[in-house]
Amino acid sequence: MSPISVLLVIIVAFLAGMEGILDEWEFHQPLVACTLIGLVTGHPSEGILLGGSLQMIALGWANIGAAVAPDAALASVASAILMVIAINGGSDPTEAMTTSIAVAVPLSVAGLFLTMVCRTIATAMVHGMDKCAENDDMAGIERWQIVAICMQGARIAIPAAALCFIPGDAVTAALNAMPDWLSKGMEVGGGMVCCVGYAMVINMMATKEVWPFFALGFVLAAISQLTLIALGVIGLSLAFIYLGLKEYAKQNGGSGAVSSGDPLGDIIDNY
Amino acid sequence: MAEEIQEKGIHLTKQDRLAVCNRHQYLQGSWNYERMQNGGWCYAMIPAIKKLYPNRDDQIAALKRHLEFYNTHPYVSAPVIGVTLALEEGRANGEPIDDVTIQGVKVGMMGPLAGVGDPVFWYTVRPLLGALGASLALGGSPLGPILFFVLWNVIRLAFLWYTQEAGYRAGADISKDLSGGKLGKITEGASILGMFVIGALVERWVTISFKPVVSTMQQQAGAYIDWSTITGDAEGIKSALTQYAKLGANGLDQMKVTTLQQNLDSLIPGLAAVALTLFVCKLLKKNVSPIVIILALFGVGIVGHLIGLL
Repeated sequence: MSPISVLLVIIVAFLAGMEGILDEWEFHQPLVACTLIGLVTGHPSEGILLGGSLQMIALGWANIGAAVAPDAALASVASAILMVIAINGGSDPTEAMTTSIAVAVPLSVAGLFLTMVCRTIATAMVHGMDKCAENDDMAGIERWQIVAICMQGARIAIPAAALCFIPGDAVTAALNAMPDWLSKGMEVGGGMVCCVGYAMVINMMATKEVWPFFALGFVLAAISQLTLIALGVIGLSLAFIYLGLKEYAKQNGGSGAVSSGDPLGDIIDNY
Repeated sequence: MAEEIQEKGIHLTKQDRLAVCNRHQYLQGSWNYERMQNGGWCYAMIPAIKKLYPNRDDQIAALKRHLEFYNTHPYVSAPVIGVTLALEEGRANGEPIDDVTIQGVKVGMMGPLAGVGDPVFWYTVRPLLGALGASLALGGSPLGPILFFVLWNVIRLAFLWYTQEAGYRAGADISKDLSGGKLGKITEGASILGMFVIGALVERWVTISFKPVVSTMQQQAGAYIDWSTITGDAEGIKSALTQYAKLGANGLDQMKVTTLQQNLDSLIPGLAAVALTLFVCKLLKKNVSPIVIILALFGVGIVGHLIGLL
């Protein structure tokens, strides 16, 4: 990689690291991070493909409360860098991509560990803020906040910088040394792992009431003409219809059961 | 004296509120295990504190007050900071609002709102936009990441600003509204949409394909293309294509091979995927770490491939 590429990669990694904690601009999402890394290293199309694949795996990864999800930032940045190095070193792009997807998962665990370390260090930083508050030092509080964010950026930027200096032939040699059964098997496993993210989402939202909607989405998706946008429209409509009907039922139930909301039933009752 | 202050009245301008909104984006920057988002919250409040409290002691008290424990979803925190701005403004203008009220409103709002923000943003909007962008990206289109990035941030920025303003206008009243039906409805609607889309994603993107061959059947004459009669010229190609259009993929060979996967697909496509997903749901509920499950799935993939099952 050229020095400029390396510099740009480090900047992208820094942004991804910041966003890994801030969760605002979403630079840490694989779709964005891998595309940017691909772009600054001259492999935009491979970056987009890798980003798309990893995004599918990472869809349900979210930080809830104090619990931290697998770290998408390190996974996307580091695996994109490894892919680029491998391609530059002469590996087959498709093969490099498959392997990068496989290494992304252990990387996300490593990232998790780094996140926990940073969050612990941040505890000391807010004690620094407490001291500043006692002295009415607002600039000091601001400084601590910026330092904390930069620490999160460095969490990804430093490993990324280190990876940039791994020689391409070493990565390629490692790739080539990987037996066929391992890479093919990883590919098969890669097809399954996205279900973990989905399962996390399901567990968060599932109630008895909403399971039928899961079933509907599942069977309707088999109609391949329906794009994701079309499916989104169906889902949204179902939500509105369901909530509307529920509201209607509640109003009728609340008004002292004068009407059962069923004209035919009323006629029969009054007959 | 109090009346005098009220007449003068210190008010937060739109500029001040924009400054707070801008800083509020860094809410989680100093996320820590002790008081979670407190540092970012205080950082966001600083422009308002500077404006409302000219007095040094008041400033110190305000800074300390806003370094208390705080944690919620980073976007739905916007209405909370809006309400807090209104309360602080009232306090600075002499209304009897004490520390307990302010902390109470913050804590009272952050819980229920986090319950809305997580399903709406992390579990509905982001998977939805992410899946949309990713499916475009997998087709090689740069539109995928661009669409995801732009749509997400437009929604996010609009939400941060408008709900902060709504909170600021509503003042303390908004916290009364929290237990009301509106928030519950939003959460419910989001869960319906989310579950529907997740169902679709499981079918589309979880790929399990069972390789074992269930049956190999000799097909009757006429059910397959008799390649020995096909000539090598254009006429032969035409004849082969015509037959193929009629017979379909099964007509390519004399032997009809049915894999386990084809049998399963004729029941309902994606059955194995949904079964696996529900199994993982169970495991997660039993507190098996997602990382362990992911690594195990790679293991299953490798073993399955080795023994020819997958």
